[in-house]
Amino acid sequence: MTKQQANWSPYDNNGGSCVAIAGADYCVIAADTRMSTGYNILTRDYSKICKLADKCVMASSGFQADVRALQKHLAARHLIYQHQHNKQMSCPAMAQLLSNTLYYKRFFPYYSFNVLGGLDNEGKGCVFTYDAVGSYEKVGYSSQGSGSTLIMPFLDNQLKSPSPLLLPALDAVTPLSEPEAVDLVKTVFASATERDIYTHTVHPFNTALSNFSLDVLQGDKLEIVILNASGIRREYMDLRKD
Amino acid sequence: MNLMDSSHSNPMSLCSQADSQRTLYPYVTGTSVIGVKYKDGILMAADMGGSYGSTLRYKSVERMKPIGKHSLLGASGEISDFQEILHYLDELILYDNMWDDGNSLGPKEVHSYLTRVMYNRRNKFNPLWNSLVLGGVKNGQKYLGTVSMIGVHFEDNHVATGFGNHLARPILRDEWHEDLSFEDGVKLLEKCMRVLLYRDRSAVNKLQIAKITEEGVTISQPYSLKTFWGFSAFQNPTVGAEGSW
Repeated sequence: MTKQQANWSPYDNNGGSCVAIAGADYCVIAADTRMSTGYNILTRDYSKICKLADKCVMASSGFQADVRALQKHLAARHLIYQHQHNKQMSCPAMAQLLSNTLYYKRFFPYYSFNVLGGLDNEGKGCVFTYDAVGSYEKVGYSSQGSGSTLIMPFLDNQLKSPSPLLLPALDAVTPLSEPEAVDLVKTVFASATERDIYTHTVHPFNTALSNFSLDVLQGDKLEIVILNASGIRREYMDLRKD
Repeated sequence: MNLMDSSHSNPMSLCSQADSQRTLYPYVTGTSVIGVKYKDGILMAADMGGSYGSTLRYKSVERMKPIGKHSLLGASGEISDFQEILHYLDELILYDNMWDDGNSLGPKEVHSYLTRVMYNRRNKFNPLWNSLVLGGVKNGQKYLGTVSMIGVHFEDNHVATGFGNHLARPILRDEWHEDLSFEDGVKLLEKCMRVLLYRDRSAVNKLQIAKITEEGVTISQPYSLKTFWGFSAFQNPTVGAEGSW
């Protein structure tokens, strides 16, 4: 009698990509809205972006149940922080908390690939990038998820990041303006969509039968969140369908 | 935590005694559930079969149940786990009613509760082997969501479990639209259920359609769909393959 093997996996990959770019006085965080499993699409309208604090936004892809649990956990911790300290958590503080939270489950990880974006205490943009078990690094820009291998080299090329090996360490925060950075993000997703089946943004279409309003999109979207001194802004964009 | 640690690092501890305490595979299962939002609320459909592997053991299983005043739950997967979930929800609704404060749990809240329960069981490596569809209306707001056995959840205008994801959702993506009438909604669901009946081997031709609106829940009497088998290819199936029988 051979030993029983588990015939179910506690993990699943629900796909998608996330990107964040830090600027001198803004931060752009973006993710697609497709949720998939295997070759199936579960839903085309699911947000991977979560506002953790006034100046701190997280985008995560990977196993959706773990991502949601992580978001809820961090939101709860932030609430406690606010009760205890009577102020919002800063982005670097949240960055450390996220790292610790991920490592806490080092031996049954949150299958969640995160980018944290926001403004530091001086109002300058900051981006933190993570792996599933909490190793993190402050960077000028990053991408995670199924399209990250396609997106990251493109960002490296366009944002001309200084080598992380240089001493003294050079800041990789981009000198691009906010509209230029948003445009870059849109371009990056357009390219990733061409080649990554799990990342997808689709143009809405109208059929003779339907009377869609522009809100009821028959496809996937790109969700972009922009954080700056005036607050938080959200933009949506559609790309080619298929 | 200990059980999980050892199950990862030392597989030998995953044997007999420990295993009899956890779900390994489902025994009596229900197949697809489909749900759609329509003009007045939610419509849901599920057949009444309870399969024991490849045997059709039970033919009158109600896989959709009302929850509280505002919700309807449909389940596929292990029937005994569904009954366990109904038991948990009974208690949840009871405690909610005992507040006696005029407030009641809406579909969003029930869905959130179910999500947490399913995810928690997955964390303990002892899942409730179900895919759930939760629909409801409260204060004019329609809600339709789904949770899987590992805790993956989302809400949408149309959802399905199991084979429904493969066969019904493409039809729904093409033909669903905002503000479906009741008749159109039922026709759409029946179209999906018919395809499932033809193509899902665990489907049975005895189904119920449930509707939930602001007024409440109505679950139809069981009925069957008309099917067509009179294809010429079925008359002489071996005509193209000489020597076959």
